[in-house]
Amino acid sequence: MTSNYILAPILVQLVTAILLIFFWQRVTVQRVLSTVGNTFSFITSLILAIDIWNFGTQTLHAGNWQPPFGITFVCDALSATLILLTSIVGLAVGLFSTIGISINRIKYGYFPIFHFLLMGLQGAFLTGDLFNLYVWFEVVIISSFVLITLGGKKMQMEGAIKYVTLNILASTIFLTAIGISYGLTGTLNMADLAQKIALVENRGIVQVTALLFFVAFGIKAAVFPLYFWLPSSYHTPPSAIAAIFGGLLTKLGIYALIRMFTLIFIPDDYTINLFIIIAIMTMFTGAFGMMNKKSIRKVFSYLIVCHIGYLIAGLGLYTEKSLSGTIFYLIHDIIAKSNLFLIAGLIYKIRSSTDMRRLGGLYKDYPLLSILILFVLLSISGVPPLSGFWPKLNIISEALRSGNYTLVFSIIISSFVTLVMIAKVWAEVFWKPTPKDHPEQDDTFAPLSTFKKVTMILPVFLLAFISFMIAMRPGTFMNLSDKIANELMHSDDYIENVFRVKNIQN
Amino acid sequence: MFGAVIAGFLISLGLLLFGKYIKSKYFFLLALYPISLFAYFSGFITKINQQLDIVYRSEWVPQYGINLDFRLDGLSLMFTLLITGIGSLIFLYTHKYLYGNKHTDKFYAYLTMFMSSMLGVVLSDNLIALIVFWELTSISSFFLIGFNTEDEKSRKNAQLALAITGIGGFFLLTGLILSGNIIGSYSIQELLQSRELLHNSPYYLPAIALIFLGAFTKSAQFPFHFWLPNAMKAPTPVSAYLHSATMVKAGIYLLARLTPAFGGHIYWNTTLLIVGAVTMLYASINTLYKTDLKGILAYSTIAVLGMLTMMLGIGTDLALKGLVVFIVAHALYKASLFLITGIIDHETHTRDVTVLSGLREVMPLLFGAGILTLLSNIGFPYSLGFIGKEMIYESTLGISGPVLMWSIAAVTVISNIFIGYSGYQVALKPFVGPIPEKFEKIKPLSVFLLLPPVLLSVAGIFYGCFPYIADEILLKSATLSVTRHFTDLPLKVWHGMNLTLVLSILTILAGAALYIFRKQTHRQEEKMELLDAVKPEQLYNYLKTGVKRLALFYTQVMHNGYLRIYIMTIILFIICVVGYKLFTEVPIQINTSSLSTFRLYELTVFSIIIVAIMVTIFTSSRLTAIAGMTIVGYCICLMFVFYGAPDLAMTQFTIDTLTSVLFVLVLFKLPPFMKYARATIVTRDLLIAVAFGTLISIITFQALVSPAEKEVSRFYADNAYLAAKGKNVVNVILVDYRGFDTMIESIVLTIAALGVYSLLKLQIKSSDKE
Repeated sequence: MTSNYILAPILVQLVTAILLIFFWQRVTVQRVLSTVGNTFSFITSLILAIDIWNFGTQTLHAGNWQPPFGITFVCDALSATLILLTSIVGLAVGLFSTIGISINRIKYGYFPIFHFLLMGLQGAFLTGDLFNLYVWFEVVIISSFVLITLGGKKMQMEGAIKYVTLNILASTIFLTAIGISYGLTGTLNMADLAQKIALVENRGIVQVTALLFFVAFGIKAAVFPLYFWLPSSYHTPPSAIAAIFGGLLTKLGIYALIRMFTLIFIPDDYTINLFIIIAIMTMFTGAFGMMNKKSIRKVFSYLIVCHIGYLIAGLGLYTEKSLSGTIFYLIHDIIAKSNLFLIAGLIYKIRSSTDMRRLGGLYKDYPLLSILILFVLLSISGVPPLSGFWPKLNIISEALRSGNYTLVFSIIISSFVTLVMIAKVWAEVFWKPTPKDHPEQDDTFAPLSTFKKVTMILPVFLLAFISFMIAMRPGTFMNLSDKIANELMHSDDYIENVFRVKNIQN
Repeated sequence: MFGAVIAGFLISLGLLLFGKYIKSKYFFLLALYPISLFAYFSGFITKINQQLDIVYRSEWVPQYGINLDFRLDGLSLMFTLLITGIGSLIFLYTHKYLYGNKHTDKFYAYLTMFMSSMLGVVLSDNLIALIVFWELTSISSFFLIGFNTEDEKSRKNAQLALAITGIGGFFLLTGLILSGNIIGSYSIQELLQSRELLHNSPYYLPAIALIFLGAFTKSAQFPFHFWLPNAMKAPTPVSAYLHSATMVKAGIYLLARLTPAFGGHIYWNTTLLIVGAVTMLYASINTLYKTDLKGILAYSTIAVLGMLTMMLGIGTDLALKGLVVFIVAHALYKASLFLITGIIDHETHTRDVTVLSGLREVMPLLFGAGILTLLSNIGFPYSLGFIGKEMIYESTLGISGPVLMWSIAAVTVISNIFIGYSGYQVALKPFVGPIPEKFEKIKPLSVFLLLPPVLLSVAGIFYGCFPYIADEILLKSATLSVTRHFTDLPLKVWHGMNLTLVLSILTILAGAALYIFRKQTHRQEEKMELLDAVKPEQLYNYLKTGVKRLALFYTQVMHNGYLRIYIMTIILFIICVVGYKLFTEVPIQINTSSLSTFRLYELTVFSIIIVAIMVTIFTSSRLTAIAGMTIVGYCICLMFVFYGAPDLAMTQFTIDTLTSVLFVLVLFKLPPFMKYARATIVTRDLLIAVAFGTLISIITFQALVSPAEKEVSRFYADNAYLAAKGKNVVNVILVDYRGFDTMIESIVLTIAALGVYSLLKLQIKSSDKE
């Protein structure tokens, strides 16, 4: 079915961003307009997602050029879900930003660029054209780069340089891979590419191209040994920006990997083995990385890396059930990791530090907020029956079924390290009495007006509530993940959806 | 039944959120929850005795066979009654024990959460539901151990306990999933009926190994036991309830529950027998060298847990019945001992056994409770402990193979002597002898404190005198759940004059003799601490430190801060992974015939590019490098012009210019450029760069070997004028066929422009906490 509506969430972001540019320097207008835009985006994405979940994939051919000649947008269940999640995180982080981001930043274009970033993410989830995907990636890179550099503290710059250099490297490889696959098939439309790449006789070169795509998206997804940009840059920008990054940027890479390797390239044994090895190494890299870190932001950064390993593992096992595990984990992770960085922001606001040695006493001073945060922390550590637990079931079960014990062991160990580190963060930041020998601690949160406090806590609560819903209704989310995984593993439907109009006209 | 369990979580949440509004004097009312649960579950006794299991089903994730199924059978009933019964007493006791503490509401919240989770563990009829509650007990234990948050030791030990039981939990989860995969269901009932399938499965061994790891960590078996003595940092009601009477028995419960499915296999029985015996002996020896009352009790608890595991290992009907009896006996007397210790600690502010004495004068009733508890602990006739111990001795004497039999029997007797001796230390020593002056002023005890140990100790004696009552209402059906067939082993006070009785008497006398002739001293404890270096706890610490060092080393090597190394790693990764694939699976051929010859202007631009790249690489100034890169970009624009795409060239030109500006701005803030490179490094980098360039070139040529379909480009050419009304095909592609790309690219430009502007203008104050 074709529908113009599938572009609505993107257009909402675009219009919001453009309007915001017209109100340059007007702080209050920026705050209100952004929140309104995010709310609209949320509503349109929700309507879209419900529509797609119930009635199946919808497509749109830009300029009405029939595929494969124009640019096609395809909204299947995976895209719709991710667009919805993006707008939810966008809403939460946008709201948090109205207070959590300094007035100066807001004056100099924080919000327009924030909305461009969200647009880029949603566009990337929606497009059915390989080159168009690249262009959306560009939007994401440039806007995230500007967000990181905005304000220009020295540490931020250093992180930004690493971030942008490695991401441009990824883009270059991505573009090279596009060029090669275009050379092989003469098409950029993903559905068309899927059909034509299957006909290429030289299978070796097809797999080589697939590997180039893997590297390109692997850098984005921050897998071992391509992850360096993430721990270099995630602890530097303001928490609100880090929240968007932590929740969504790596997931874009994961999305692209899932799409590529289910729709276009069917991985051979070599690639499958590579996925598994990479998954294991990514888990260990993340687990090792967080062990010795003192700053909670750095611990959380490596936590992201560690859990990217689970996502890759589910893809690498390459069964419908394991893929469903990956999708479920993706849903959980986007919500929970964004929230984690918002929480880091709250803690920083309260204690002016993210160093565990200087933090303490939060449970005593903010008992209710601490319980809210505790819930999020436990969700991330995968304590049953919270949201991080359920997808792991599928992944462990499939890993056992495939007889891949090293993978099982790695999942156990990395879950263990996550749990221990989360417990440590809790004990150090919340339980421990406030250290007396660090007098520079000042609470910039307490003096805020109640309205501002609520505005900062509400997003955390909103995201925690979604995590709570996942924990309460795991069956619903498993159904959704199963449905998405089923769609992905039966890519014929995707292709058919793209070409349906054409066939009718012929 | 479901509601009964879930209510606890709701109460817990309510307490966490609104607990601070409850006045201290009303906390004892919370005991109504466990008391009513106790009454509720007691109501099922008749039905259970008629072998009518109570089943409650609730769907959770039905498509994966994960359901919140509860099933109450004999074993579950016994545990639920222990959990709710002792729970009621603990709730009452805590009221006084923590009276006036600012965080009592939270304490009750965690305690309630624990109780519900523990009920969930013993009621679950689904493997996944079981592990969910299992982990929740670990979590609530974490919060209870760390309750005194100001105390660093409390925090550390809470983390230690969570770590050990946590990793065990993950192993258990895996083991249960594996078992579920073998039988194709997560239902425990189905698992119990699939004995043959499990025993013949190639996954039998890994499955039980994983389950053992879960059960042994939870039930503090050697060498994972050390978290338990450390967990004694928790307030005493917690130690009595979680770390002695109930939670640590979850491992035993699980093993007993799974015995009908997995038991009777040589691996199963031998492992349990040996691990249990080693734990028992090791822990009971340790009790001799502790001076802290709770330390003594912690080790004697571990010893008993070892003994229970050993009984599961022996696995005969008699042993399993003995197991069931002793679980109850131990829960009663050990909880009582802990509560007595708690009262002593609460009133005298010390738990040092070498200091305490003469307390009978100020707490006569408690002394009485202590004596009754002691009788059960040492296994004196007419106590439940005696009956349990008799059965344990008898079943060790039934082990086949004389060497094994005698060694196990000897170890059991020796351990029991030590366990009995520790009982004297805790229940007798503080009460007898002269009373020091400082203890004389102790006021009479509150009924909240006194009632629980008195009730527990009386129960231990009552069931010892009338064992058939306990047997009829509880123990018989509990045994049935484990053995799965009727066993005619009536509990009797008097077994007749036999070897078992001799051993029992020996145990009591030897324990008493030890108590009379040996004094627990700090010097002995210090001597024993010399061995700490080789104890499992220390090994765990070494392992932890080692892994942390390895992790630090690994992270520093990988994430070393040098951007150039990161890029090199990524490029090397591509060369290895892609190169391997290319050279093993692609027949490399280069088709030169399809390539056109160079034209002069192409060659010129190409040369300029080469030169610009060289300048970029070899210059010592960042600015020059950027200029070089920009030249490369402009040359590519020229290429576009040559191939008939001037508008594309314009776009590229704009982007290039903007990026250069952006780069200059960012680089401006960096430290001055330095050349670190030595000849070797330059050579290395050169090799990598050449290899990578070659690799990509080969791939590109390979892609061009088989000419692709031209459907799309033909369509563009054919329809540019007809359908899109444009004469320049490239133009039409840019603004029509692929107009969307162009639009977004212009957004990219906008963002870049905004970024440049803001970067120039914006300065952030360090006072902004973002």
